[in-house]
Amino acid sequence: MINLAGRDIVHHLKSYLLTGLGLGLLIGVTLTMAGVYRGMVDDAKVLLRAVDADVWVVQQDTLGPFAEPSSVPDDLYRALLGLPGVAQAGNVAYLTMQVSHAGQSQRVMVAGFEPGKPGGPAFLVAGRPIARAHYEAVADARTGLWVGDVVRIRRNDYTVVGLTRRMVSSNGDPMLFIPLKDAQEAQFLKDNDAIVEDRRRLAANPAINRPGQLGVLEAVQTIQTSSHKVNAVLLRLQHGTDARAVANTIARWQRFTAYTRDDMEEILVAKLIATAAKQIGLFLVILAVVSAAIVAFIIYTMTLGKIKEIAVLKLIGTKNRTIAAMIMQEALGLGIIGFLVGKFAATLWAPAFPKYVLLETGDAGRAFVLTLVVCALASVLAIRAALRIDPAEAIGG
Amino acid sequence: MKRRAVSFINRRNLFLAIGLLAFVAAFVWLLATRGPLAPVGVEQAAVTRADLHPGVYGIGTVEAQHAYSVGPIQAGRLLRVMVDQGDRVEAGQVLAEIDPVDLRQRADAAMSAAARARQAAAAAQAQVGEADSRTRLAQANLARYQALYRQNFVAREMVDSRMHEAAAADAALAAAHANAAAAQREIGRADAERQGVDQLRNSLTLLSPITGVVTAREAEPGTTVVAGQAVLRLADPARLWVRARVDQARAQTIRVGQAADIAMRSAPDVALPGKVARIELQSDAVTEERIVDVAFDPVPDRLYLGELAEVTLHLPGTRNALTVPSAAIGLRNDRTGVWQAVDGRARFKPVQFGVQTADRVQVVSGLAEGERIIVYSARQLDAGMRVREQQLMAR
Repeated sequence: MINLAGRDIVHHLKSYLLTGLGLGLLIGVTLTMAGVYRGMVDDAKVLLRAVDADVWVVQQDTLGPFAEPSSVPDDLYRALLGLPGVAQAGNVAYLTMQVSHAGQSQRVMVAGFEPGKPGGPAFLVAGRPIARAHYEAVADARTGLWVGDVVRIRRNDYTVVGLTRRMVSSNGDPMLFIPLKDAQEAQFLKDNDAIVEDRRRLAANPAINRPGQLGVLEAVQTIQTSSHKVNAVLLRLQHGTDARAVANTIARWQRFTAYTRDDMEEILVAKLIATAAKQIGLFLVILAVVSAAIVAFIIYTMTLGKIKEIAVLKLIGTKNRTIAAMIMQEALGLGIIGFLVGKFAATLWAPAFPKYVLLETGDAGRAFVLTLVVCALASVLAIRAALRIDPAEAIGG
Repeated sequence: MKRRAVSFINRRNLFLAIGLLAFVAAFVWLLATRGPLAPVGVEQAAVTRADLHPGVYGIGTVEAQHAYSVGPIQAGRLLRVMVDQGDRVEAGQVLAEIDPVDLRQRADAAMSAAARARQAAAAAQAQVGEADSRTRLAQANLARYQALYRQNFVAREMVDSRMHEAAAADAALAAAHANAAAAQREIGRADAERQGVDQLRNSLTLLSPITGVVTAREAEPGTTVVAGQAVLRLADPARLWVRARVDQARAQTIRVGQAADIAMRSAPDVALPGKVARIELQSDAVTEERIVDVAFDPVPDRLYLGELAEVTLHLPGTRNALTVPSAAIGLRNDRTGVWQAVDGRARFKPVQFGVQTADRVQVVSGLAEGERIIVYSARQLDAGMRVREQQLMAR
């Protein structure tokens, strides 16, 4: 028995393939949108994964260093290291700022960390890790910087010594890792004019600059220009230690807020990018529904375009089942071609997006199943229409 | 049937088949290289032998080894300041003067008091002469009357009277001597007072304690300064050094005498030679830094106090050690080590590391020479992850 679908497709090959291609691009857009959504969520989590900290200690009653400003003393880690179960503690400071290189400035998230402690880049793609205590940086490759480049942060020049990849803030800004002390300085340092003005103001204040009381003015000025604050302390725990218990101990006795990795993920995903992610998510749903509708219409109209042929088939006594199988097979074939083209297109253009697009295999599988189901449902509509065709139409022309 | 078979291999179907094959090939290639199923790209390197010259980095400011603050020892008003910032001064040179106010008058008074004391002493000495003369007369009278009494020419009562006169004259003489001694003491006191006032006048001129350079002029004539307040600051330009702060975690092997490179902020590309002159016993407990004083060797011509300087200390290294790039150091379950690609999959190998420089790190145990290790990876590696060698950052 001849495969009717095959014959029909070969007959209208060009239009069939073009329909498949168009469908594919639509599916590709939907897949990409899913990728944008996944990428957004992944951006929020990538830093957590990279620093690999079990507990985040932040200012009391704040939502951590990203969702809310947080500042803790930089010697807090000494007390935390004394807690049972804590293996490593690292101070970190995060600040989003513009850095300039070769006359161009771009937005990055500067992360200050102590080499050898939690908070640094997890892997490199070029160069070497930070070895000096000051003025070296490891940049995300997306910044466009290269090993040996010099970037300016506030008043100091930093040499890029290493490159890493996929290190972004929850906003998708690429990260720049620098030594903690430099980050503290960059975070709290005022510009020179402000410092000079402050000095003048202090010197004019009779309560501070009183004749005969030497040293008071200098002491106050020193206090004003130095900072011993960091944004968070990251803890790595010994194996088998319950992170929740440690976090509770810190919250209860040290009087700081402590989040486990799960809490932090919850804050970043559910609080920080909640609205943006919902926006994209809703759009994704609408896009998926519209795509499904368009797929269904295309298949339906394609079948209706063949009314004459189907009438002829009926006239020569083709069984209804054969006609139904033909339509169903053509629809599924269109779905498969469309999915393959869509997946191809999405994979091809995903890296070109300025923000990360994460194409998950699971999403692709779901999209495949969904495409086939939509195609099958649409073909059922078309089959119903086809079966109602009067064979006389073949002659009626 | 034959005609149909021929028609099946026409141009259109050929193009179609080629197009299909190309699409499938491109799809598979894309999935295998870009998609989520692609293996993680890595760059590898071999374990090699190298000489390691580790360095420790610190930043500090140019400071004088000894800074001198010259100021008065008691409150006063500045009369003159003879030198300005940047002037070279010799040891003992007069730098500034404090207004003496009434000190000259007090000196005159002290001088008068001393003169008066001397005159009083002369009067006392004269009184001693008079008393001495009286004593001698009384003694002579007594001897005369005693002789007369032995020959019974006078009554005993007369002799007793002369004896009393002689004793009284003796006592008057002793009193005159004591008065003269007291007057002498008074001379000493008056002299000391005069000298004290002179000393005070000397202290009003501020002298340079060293041969050096004036680094700051902090008060101008007319200013009232309190005791201990600096009027001028001096430093010895030959004894300037960089007071550098070095992370305590890296400071273990720093010793006095080690060579160092100093880069000034004003000339960051020029490495000035220096050496560790002193490691301060008191570290900074808040910033967790050890303070290392690095002397210039030789001292450059022009230095500016307070300028920021970067210091790289050269620590003793190792020769011909097994090394890997420092970018290869990994951490897994609190153990240091490296990742290796074994049969296309990532595997973590614990390694004990030793001396570390910026670029390379010594392998103490865990790896053999020539073994290949993963240095760079496109993603965070995990055990069992599929990896493939490729160039990660092409430029």
